[in-house]
Amino acid sequence: MVTRLKSRLSVLWLQAGSCGGCTMSALGAETLGLSETLERADIELLWHPSLAEEGGPEVLRLLEQCRSGERAFDVLCVEGALLTGSNGNGRFQILAGGLRPVSCWVRDLAQRARYVVAVGSCAAFGAIPASPAVPTEAKGLQYTGEEPGGLLGAGWLSGSGLPVINVSGCAPHPGWVVETLMGLGQGILQTADLDSFGRPRFWADHLVHHGCARNEFYEFKASAAAPSQLGCLLENLGCKGTQAPGDCNLRLWNGGWSCPNAGYACINCTSPAFEDPIGAFLETPKVAGVPLGLPVDMPKAWYVALSVLSKSATPDRVRKNACEDHVVVPPHCRSTS
Amino acid sequence: MSELILGPFSRVEGDLEVRIEINDNRVAQAFVAAPLYRGFEQILQGRPAQDALVIAPRICGSCSVSQSVASAQALAMAMDVVPPANGVIAANLILACENAADHLTHFYLFFMPDFASGTYGGRGWHDRAVERFKAQSGVAGRQAQKARVAFLHAMGILAGKWPHNLAVQPGGTTKSVDLGERMRLLAVLAEFRSFLETTLFADSLENIAALTSVDALERWREERPAEVGDFRLFLHIAEDLHLSTVGRGPARFLSYGAFGGNDGQLFASGLWRDGDLSPLDLAGLREDLSHAWMCGGSQHPDDGVTMPDADRLDAYSWCKAPRLNGETCEVGAFARQMVAGHPLIRALAVVADGRASVQGRVVARLLELALLVPAMERWVHSLAGAEAYCQSVAVPDRADGFGLVEAARGSLGHWLSVEGGQIRQYQVVAPTTWNFSPRDKAGQPGPLEEALVGAAVLPGEEFPLTVQHVIRSFDPCMRCAVH
Repeated sequence: MVTRLKSRLSVLWLQAGSCGGCTMSALGAETLGLSETLERADIELLWHPSLAEEGGPEVLRLLEQCRSGERAFDVLCVEGALLTGSNGNGRFQILAGGLRPVSCWVRDLAQRARYVVAVGSCAAFGAIPASPAVPTEAKGLQYTGEEPGGLLGAGWLSGSGLPVINVSGCAPHPGWVVETLMGLGQGILQTADLDSFGRPRFWADHLVHHGCARNEFYEFKASAAAPSQLGCLLENLGCKGTQAPGDCNLRLWNGGWSCPNAGYACINCTSPAFEDPIGAFLETPKVAGVPLGLPVDMPKAWYVALSVLSKSATPDRVRKNACEDHVVVPPHCRSTS
Repeated sequence: MSELILGPFSRVEGDLEVRIEINDNRVAQAFVAAPLYRGFEQILQGRPAQDALVIAPRICGSCSVSQSVASAQALAMAMDVVPPANGVIAANLILACENAADHLTHFYLFFMPDFASGTYGGRGWHDRAVERFKAQSGVAGRQAQKARVAFLHAMGILAGKWPHNLAVQPGGTTKSVDLGERMRLLAVLAEFRSFLETTLFADSLENIAALTSVDALERWREERPAEVGDFRLFLHIAEDLHLSTVGRGPARFLSYGAFGGNDGQLFASGLWRDGDLSPLDLAGLREDLSHAWMCGGSQHPDDGVTMPDADRLDAYSWCKAPRLNGETCEVGAFARQMVAGHPLIRALAVVADGRASVQGRVVARLLELALLVPAMERWVHSLAGAEAYCQSVAVPDRADGFGLVEAARGSLGHWLSVEGGQIRQYQVVAPTTWNFSPRDKAGQPGPLEEALVGAAVLPGEEFPLTVQHVIRSFDPCMRCAVH
């Protein structure tokens, strides 16, 4: 039996220091598009910067009503990093039409929300804007990188008793966003459904590696040496799919695809501090020929032993195709009789 | 004289604040501000050169591929690599897919909902506009979202996902496309064509592309009732509200040219200035900082610096002010088609004092949908089965490069300098940097600041609709403008 809330779930959506890509991704919700998907799930966007009709003073009044508690709402979705600089004055993002920094609006509105959802890795962990190279002092809502804290503080809980729900990803899959909101609407998404970084476990308990179309190349350590080649991307081209939380290769993107199966590395964009890899994003760092970033839960000695064994057993077909951008050696056709 | 400070704007990509001075119910002066600074150019400095492919696209989630292509081209120049034909075609398809999806999103989700406003109650077309375009609930907006979801499957096939992928590399693209995938691309394009020909135009793309004069457009509009096709409804609204006379920007249009290949560019490059076309020459490009919260003077992006200074006197925006030979230029679909020489767009400029208008900008964007989709169909057919998509070349220790791209919203340039394999300097001049720039040292207003002068402000209007039409007609992307 499905438990339903008596009323619609109302969502207030703000963009902080964002590229807007999380909204653009969410708009791609299969197969109906976002507006109809949310409506069918009884979710109402009270205001959304890309979709709402209202702007200007009308929005400022609405936000003020939400801030004062005069107008109740259920979920605060925040997209983008919170810019608190310089020296905490929030100067690098003032909400247009007023004088208050967006980070102050977010901090105040979070106190009134039943749930707070960080949409994307910037709102969750700070991500690329949180670089020390800029004076913006960008933070995530409850983390900055792997460090708990962020804008709201490490122990902060929203009105419902949940921490910030981190739908991370750069950008997150539209399904992660929509299903998280649906889970909240139905009152079934609880603290136990979040992992240690506050990410919904329904997608974060998987690894991007699960279901990777390059699986056979991975098994035999038959590696691509350059972009566009068919082989496994782990050994040379920086792929972190064996470490990255996400069901990207199970649910797939944009009609059935993903980063690795389009020929480029998973950059672990759902993880805190993904923006600061060891070395370059698209090269695998190695020590004595062994990749530094090994598959999670795998001891180095086992990885090395398995690699040696796999490479010695690699079928000629797999070895040859790994360094081509089309299949040049097809699988042997066996007679079934 | 009174004053209004306008913001926040919904259905505009990113943060925008506009201050207007009003005289006799018209905008007398406008000051356009970008109130968000993230600092991508600073973030890129000191990173391994190829990290630009990961970081630069994240400037913007709407123009992600455009940023990606610009950084790949800048790196390609630095690396001295030329992608193979398949890689060029696939990259063109990926960029065209984003540009077309952006045009669709702008028309249906960002621009048209303004006409459902209660302010227009009583106009002959208002009920239809509410039914079709009301924000969130309008039927057309939902149809467009579905069409967009299906169309972005082309992005999946070619680039894995959208936004923010790494499919476009300096040496080509990462995803070869097999026969079945080519057929799927054609099926996706056929579905999108069907949406455009049924819902948007109620006519074939070829007939829309063949409209070559203001009279022809007028005849086409009157051929059938106003509610047949959303484009026709827009033309009726534009006629009623005189949108061809509103929002006129500078009579100078810039395009870097788009979708190059073996047989030249689909849209040619150049500068259209007061009725004359000249070849593209960016030697006289400078970013003026006199009204931006930035340290430093006016520089070509080769030598540009980005160093925020929140206390700079006379500054009112984080946006720099690009000028070509000291002058503003409008960029975007209208500018691109002016430069490329589409007769309808040139004709629309002739009747608008040589300038773009609210109507002209919207027509140019929809016209581009009619031009891009058939081009994409041709390009899919021209992908060659078993040939390479990508070349691999190492990053040199020291090199410079730039990449010039036409994003949906106009001319986008990246300028890069590599030293010791790392980014020494990275400068981005984006379409909305041009269009929504603040004043320069000479006091010359930016294109939107110029286009807003004269816009009507109704008595008592606290968030003037005409001003909003003018702003949205540019399809601004503030995230790109200040990166």
